Amino acid sequence: MATALDRKDFVSNQEVRWCPGCGDYAILAAVQKTIPEFGVRPENTVFISGIGCSSRFPYYMNTYGFHSIHGRATAIASGLKISRPDLDVWVVTGDGDGLSIGGNHLIHVLRRNVDIKILLFNNRIYGLTKGQYSPTSEVGKITKSTPAGSVDFPFNPITVALGTHGTFVARSIDIEQKHLGEMLRRAHAHRGTSFIEILQNCSIFNDGAFNDLSDKALKAENQLVLEHGKPLIFGKNREKGIRMNGMRPEVVQLGGAVTEKDLVVHDETNLSLAFMLGHFERPLPTPIGVFYAAEEPTYDGAVNRQLADAKAKQGAGDLRELLRKGDTWTVN
Amino acid sequence: MAVPPEAAEQAAESHESAGAAHKPHVKRDQVVIRFAGDSGDGMQLTGMQFTSESAIAGNDIATLPDYPAEIRAPQGTLAGVSGFQLNFSSNEVFTPGDEPNVLVAMNPAALKTNLEDLQPNAVIIVDREAFNDANIKRAGYASNPLTDHSLDKFQLIEVDVTKLTALAVHGLGLNNRAVFRCRNMFVLGMLSWLFQRPIDSTIASLKSRFKKTPELIEANIRVLTAGYNYGETTEMFASSYEVPAAHIAPGFYRNITGNSATALGFVAAAAKAGRPLFLGSYPITPASDILHDLSGYKNFPIYTFQAEDEIAGVCSAIGAAFGGAIAITTTSGPGMDLKAEAMGLAMKVELPLVITDVQRAGPSTGMPTKPEQADLMLAMYGRHGEAPVPIIAASTPADCFDCAYEAVRIAVKYMTPVILLTDGQLANGAEPWLLPDPDKLPPIKVEFATNPEGFMPYARDAETLSRPWALPGTKGLEHRIGGLSGENLTGNVSHSPANNELMVRLRARKVEGIIREIPPTEVFGDTEGGPLVVLGWGSSFGPIREAVKRVRATGKKVSHVHLRYLNPLPGDLGATLKRFKQVMIAEMNMGQLLKMVRADYLIDAFGFNKIQGRPFKVSEIEKRINQVLEG
Repeated sequence: MATALDRKDFVSNQEVRWCPGCGDYAILAAVQKTIPEFGVRPENTVFISGIGCSSRFPYYMNTYGFHSIHGRATAIASGLKISRPDLDVWVVTGDGDGLSIGGNHLIHVLRRNVDIKILLFNNRIYGLTKGQYSPTSEVGKITKSTPAGSVDFPFNPITVALGTHGTFVARSIDIEQKHLGEMLRRAHAHRGTSFIEILQNCSIFNDGAFNDLSDKALKAENQLVLEHGKPLIFGKNREKGIRMNGMRPEVVQLGGAVTEKDLVVHDETNLSLAFMLGHFERPLPTPIGVFYAAEEPTYDGAVNRQLADAKAKQGAGDLRELLRKGDTWTVN
Repeated sequence: MAVPPEAAEQAAESHESAGAAHKPHVKRDQVVIRFAGDSGDGMQLTGMQFTSESAIAGNDIATLPDYPAEIRAPQGTLAGVSGFQLNFSSNEVFTPGDEPNVLVAMNPAALKTNLEDLQPNAVIIVDREAFNDANIKRAGYASNPLTDHSLDKFQLIEVDVTKLTALAVHGLGLNNRAVFRCRNMFVLGMLSWLFQRPIDSTIASLKSRFKKTPELIEANIRVLTAGYNYGETTEMFASSYEVPAAHIAPGFYRNITGNSATALGFVAAAAKAGRPLFLGSYPITPASDILHDLSGYKNFPIYTFQAEDEIAGVCSAIGAAFGGAIAITTTSGPGMDLKAEAMGLAMKVELPLVITDVQRAGPSTGMPTKPEQADLMLAMYGRHGEAPVPIIAASTPADCFDCAYEAVRIAVKYMTPVILLTDGQLANGAEPWLLPDPDKLPPIKVEFATNPEGFMPYARDAETLSRPWALPGTKGLEHRIGGLSGENLTGNVSHSPANNELMVRLRARKVEGIIREIPPTEVFGDTEGGPLVVLGWGSSFGPIREAVKRVRATGKKVSHVHLRYLNPLPGDLGATLKRFKQVMIAEMNMGQLLKMVRADYLIDAFGFNKIQGRPFKVSEIEKRINQVLEG
């Protein structure tokens, strides 16, 4: 008999060791608070990570966990999920681990649609190695390795995920606990690879990187919360919206001639719209929420179906029979 | 075989009167044939089919294909030559043979690339029509080798294969290209007659191979039969040859390549363990056939995951091992380099995993289709930190089965990654395999932890020092593993200096303890010791054994010790080697086992090395042994 579980059932006995003020604490809190609501058991849950600050995450979850090597968590998770489809498999990664050294594995797991959940903590900096620019750092960023400013053009995790045919692509913010919890719930409910970019503050090496989205005074002007079937509205008094001007999105003031009917209505199943939203840059607001969600066959499901079909057609593997196949003869 | 004119007349006469079945048989103990042609000429198929016929005729056999690096190099060029060598004998065969007695060359390029390997006075069978001006020029010949007397020291047999093939299929309505592709069956038919091989098995195989295109069955059988009859009737062959059956242990045999045997060894191990098999792999020459084979055995069940790269191949396998599968990854040298970090992780977290390295000639991309044994140091030491991994090496194609099986058995018993070393020679070479009885294979016992009472992920078995295998999904055993230094017993992250040394030493002791699994070292030759022992590992088994046998047959004292376990080395190896005055280590590298033996036993061994992407010839080792014995 499954009994209802709560937060403490998912909290390990290990001391949490992130820097004071790190956004990772908030993300850990959201996961530990939300996950019991999914009706999952700790023993059937596995958190897998690579290397980086975010990758310490599995130690703090009282589930099965694997703190692996840099960039490879998605590959390890793929092998586990394919051969153990009964498990709930989560990957925790960062902008360096997931998009730089592990970029290849990330795009391929998304392409295959392996049924795992990927939480990519994006703080736009390398924290664990003490402050070099990351593949999401902005051009011109002054860091220890770029004293004259970075000349690298950054990646956008959302459009990367959409470009690889990700079937669930969302964004949230570390301190937006309610929103983050909702994204986790949606990600868990999705069958296939769920990808959430979580904007996360590094209080030591990139403090305030997302201030315009998290500061109470600023965020209403800069955050656009995506809701399926609803018009794109934001602003302190929900007085602004997104309208198409020909093929280009623009910010408009609601009121007068402009009504909600003129605004773009969010549709999670529209990949073109998702791409457009993924590319939003100032003066357009930063969207958070589910950009795209589509139910498509999962890789692990298809593989296991092939195995089941083979067994149904040929029967369970018979070693003696298999050995005797091929080019054979008897010597008397 | 090339006969003087008067004999030709007689042969022709006898054909007219009583048929050429009356041609005499000449007995031979052993024949080495090499089939060579353009990579589209079907020489591999011809060779394999002739191998089947020879196996059924009761010979001991060993084969080796020689693929060009290019898939389809321009037709007629030296780069596009594909070869297949078969050694068949009335005696025990250890290698595909040093120097062919018979060469089939389908074009000038095939002749040119293979000529220098032939025995003096070897028989060369050519398709005369393929020696046209364009092909002769493409092969880089200044003049036609068939007419410029450069082949005078060989027995040249010129056959109009293309024309005779076209005649045989006349009326079937095949286009020129399809006709051209039947030429190999003419050659096969002719050789089948020449060596008195029944062609029934080939006919059966053609029927199955072309079952979707009946016109090709008809065409190929017609050409095959025409070739056979041509051998019987032509004046060019004065006699046929007979290589009588060898004395082979009775039983059910299968002709098997090393890669197929490796795949089956893994299937067998997983079946015996009662667990699914998971292969994470990225295609690479010459290892890909293991992936191909295993992907056809899904019902066992077997998961084959063609990963995005070598790293994902090994990492996916590590994930599957965490979940309780028999997890393996397969690759060749360049892929081994890429997998190094993940192997270190598997070693540190102590999960069972088998990494197969089908060694090929390096460094870097090297010669992908050619064998070498130069990854031993990589397997031993190619990871950062103190990261010992057991190593097992297969010595013959069929031995790959046993070694793959043993690698899994040790990986599971000791909760450790194990490296299985084979090479391109073993991978593609084939030999008869006396099929094992699955019931008699050693047991592979898999026990998962289930009891949460006092569970510690890094508690150890008193004998093997292996840790429990606790699978996700088991209630109460939730735990975290990882690459960071872990505390003894709990595995929790620890940076304690003393604990780190303890764990490094525990893991090293665990691997050293595998020595208890290694059977006593077998000495072929003088078990009590003697003037010289040749030590080897891997695919050089065949040439070393044959060379030692030949030298011993002359009354000289030389012995052979061959290693399957390379890490740890057998516990009695040092003492065994010290019984010999001299220790020569023959390996296809610059002396890697040599370094290990010298370091471990302070034995002043010396090396015999070859780094040409080609196996040792028996004659090379034989000559070296004789030089050493003569001092």
